[in-house]
Amino acid sequence: MSGRPDRLGTTAGDLRTATGPVGLVTEEPVGRSTAWWGMTLFITTEGTLFAALFGSYFYLRFQHGAPWPPDGIAEPELLLPLIMTAVLVPSSLPVLWAEAGIRRGRRWQLRAGLLGTLVMGGTFLGLQGIEYSEILREYTFTTNVYGSLFYAITTFHGAHVTVGLLMVCWLLAASLHGSFGTRRHERVRVVGYYWHFVDAVWVAILFTVYLSPRL
Amino acid sequence: MSSSTAAERGTGPDPAAMAALDSHWAAAPTLRNWFATVDHKRIGRRYLVTAALFFGFAGASALAMRTQLAGPEAGVLSAREYNQLFTMHGTAMIFLFSTPMLFGFGNFLVPLMIGTRDMAFPRLNAFGYWVFLFAGLFMWASVPAGAAPNGGWFAYVPLTDERHTPGLHLDVYTLGLLFLGISTTAGAINFIVTALKLRAPGMSLNRVPIFVWAIVATAFMVLFALPVLNLDNALLFLDRRFDTRFFEPERGGNVLLWQHLFWIFGHPDVYIIVMPALGIVSAVLPVFCRRGIVGYPLVVFSIVAIAIISFGVWVHHMFATGLPQLSYGFFSAASTVITIPSGLQIFAWLATMLFGRIVLSVPFLFVVGFLVTFVIGGFTGVMFALTAFDQQTTDTYFVVAHFHYVLFGGAVFPILAGIYYWLPKITGRMFDARLGRWAFWLVFLGMNLTFFPMHVSGLLGMPRRVYTYSGGLGWDALNVLATVGAYVLAVGLLLVAIGVVHALRRGDPAPDDPWGGDSLEWATSSPPKPYNFAVIPRVRSLHPVWDPATAESTGPGADEDRILAEGRRTLFTSEFDGRPERAVEMPEETLKPLVAAVGLLVLFLGLLFAWYWIAAGSGALVAGTLATWLWPPHRAPEEAGMTT
Repeated sequence: MSGRPDRLGTTAGDLRTATGPVGLVTEEPVGRSTAWWGMTLFITTEGTLFAALFGSYFYLRFQHGAPWPPDGIAEPELLLPLIMTAVLVPSSLPVLWAEAGIRRGRRWQLRAGLLGTLVMGGTFLGLQGIEYSEILREYTFTTNVYGSLFYAITTFHGAHVTVGLLMVCWLLAASLHGSFGTRRHERVRVVGYYWHFVDAVWVAILFTVYLSPRL
Repeated sequence: MSSSTAAERGTGPDPAAMAALDSHWAAAPTLRNWFATVDHKRIGRRYLVTAALFFGFAGASALAMRTQLAGPEAGVLSAREYNQLFTMHGTAMIFLFSTPMLFGFGNFLVPLMIGTRDMAFPRLNAFGYWVFLFAGLFMWASVPAGAAPNGGWFAYVPLTDERHTPGLHLDVYTLGLLFLGISTTAGAINFIVTALKLRAPGMSLNRVPIFVWAIVATAFMVLFALPVLNLDNALLFLDRRFDTRFFEPERGGNVLLWQHLFWIFGHPDVYIIVMPALGIVSAVLPVFCRRGIVGYPLVVFSIVAIAIISFGVWVHHMFATGLPQLSYGFFSAASTVITIPSGLQIFAWLATMLFGRIVLSVPFLFVVGFLVTFVIGGFTGVMFALTAFDQQTTDTYFVVAHFHYVLFGGAVFPILAGIYYWLPKITGRMFDARLGRWAFWLVFLGMNLTFFPMHVSGLLGMPRRVYTYSGGLGWDALNVLATVGAYVLAVGLLLVAIGVVHALRRGDPAPDDPWGGDSLEWATSSPPKPYNFAVIPRVRSLHPVWDPATAESTGPGADEDRILAEGRRTLFTSEFDGRPERAVEMPEETLKPLVAAVGLLVLFLGLLFAWYWIAAGSGALVAGTLATWLWPPHRAPEEAGMTT
């Protein structure tokens, strides 16, 4: 802040600016960052994409009519998807814990949390592979529209999990490099948002793809 | 015309600070920096020039089609060629010209209008431009290869599935639009964040120029509409290439899904195209009426209202598909309701003209051309909101006439007004006004001569998209008129291009503020310095340049925290009130955006030609580039907030 005369001609600018309402909240970092807004808007548009995908699922299903699944395909098995849910949804917790850690300057906590998420997310993808190897014997994405929808939705989500995991790996590498601290951890925060989003989408998939055909 | 200069207003901190700003912001004119630039003004100019180039290609396609249709049973083009040309004409005008052109204006103007030094994400901005360029070339290269999209710009299935249209045509379409969508989404996010965080201090939301409001509303529409188109194209690509069954009724799919998804995107897209153009009108018109726009809050309200309601009208493109009557009632009503906020804007402009003192300059002529043609297009649009009328005229030339009045009237006239209005700011040169007037009259007459007769030929039953027709059906004279009009229009547009080149070569140097404008781009030099503003202004009203208090804030005695000469820095302010938050470091020139965009180009080429390993490899290249691009800068532990 300068000590030059301001518009009213006083020179006490420094003290006033520092103690005024603006000055009191102008401690770094203040306000939402551009990264926060960028990630939020990216998630918004990605969420719309998934919403359109689920909308297409129900549109095709109701235009098709009963029976759903068609062509004698059995209702989806629930055991494996529920295990996958139990692995993926809690994987948001280590990210939160990691972020809470770096906010207090605990780099070990950041690294441990990210590693936990990496393991859980990797396990999820492995389970998805096992699920595919079973279901592919019954039907593929070319069998009928049900198969196309099932594989398109789950693969598309799997791709998002993969991207999320790549981001977590990248964060982990950067944290080993030692770039984050109490004041500088915006990247941890926004990657965390993306990971929570990927988890939330899975819950929507569980209800749409696995549970709704049983209704 | 007033023509004050920055020097007269006393802008400019001490010479040492100016030299520091120059050293931090100005890039050396090397070849590397030409490719590596992140300056929003250079990127904005490139958007404008590239979009104009694609406009030229699409316009030439239209001329070829009009030549073919000049008489019955003509043999200028084969049906096969005609299909590709009309598809590329529509696709390019919508996706490769209108939106990128308006994003180009946005890129150049938004940071200047809100009084900052660059976009929020300058590197993402450069990336968006390269992706747009490559996606455009990707699609246009298919024309000489004879593999251009040929299913109409909305590519309805089942015509466009693998069985009925084999070959690469539709794969170019789906992949090209998916590729381009990356650029549009990146641009949209960048505009919103820029407008929220980088406004000059004091520019609370009620002082944001209407053009910026329009760009932000458009960007929000892009974020909600574009993913739906992307999904549609991805599903079609999967159906065509990997035999999924989304659009195949024999295996439980549904062809109408394509139309629903397409128009859930497609109708908001009409406003995505027109809205920023209306923003240009709201920027240009008041300046030549010598007063502020009438009803600023109402105009902003109508922009936001249109952005929302536009998502509830898509079925009016599908009134002839046999959906339930009840849904027609709903969408018919919504389509009628949306004319209310559109009408509000028209009346705000008319009132501004009524209460102002009009200066009949070249940009203003184009604004008047916009008002006349856009109202005619809106008038026929209201007719289409009525299901019964729609079903009579759908797929005839009446529709072609309608949407050309809307899009040529609603987008091209404002874009031309914008070109003349901001040319002095962008290039630092004045254009020849006489040439500009000639161009206006030729464009205006040519446009009406081309498209007005199409209303009549449509009502007489001429279907759209036919490559030829038999004589003696009463369409012959109308088609001759339209073709003559198209050539007159082309001459007019050529004069615009000549005018721009003439201004660049021979034009007089432009003053900083040739028109006496009210928004902040006129408060800096023409063309602006790389850092835009030596002092970031403190905004005190809706018309900062007309307001002495704001002008004074850039004069001697400005706070150091609005000069920010140490480093390449600008200011963050709060989202609503524009309170200063903190100074931030801005990124420097880098080649990474270009590398990432080239990687994406190879990825999409790999998908197109089924070289999937190459696609996977370039995907890894893109991911690696992004990883280094976003890698956190090394910080000392104290700076990062580590006490140990």
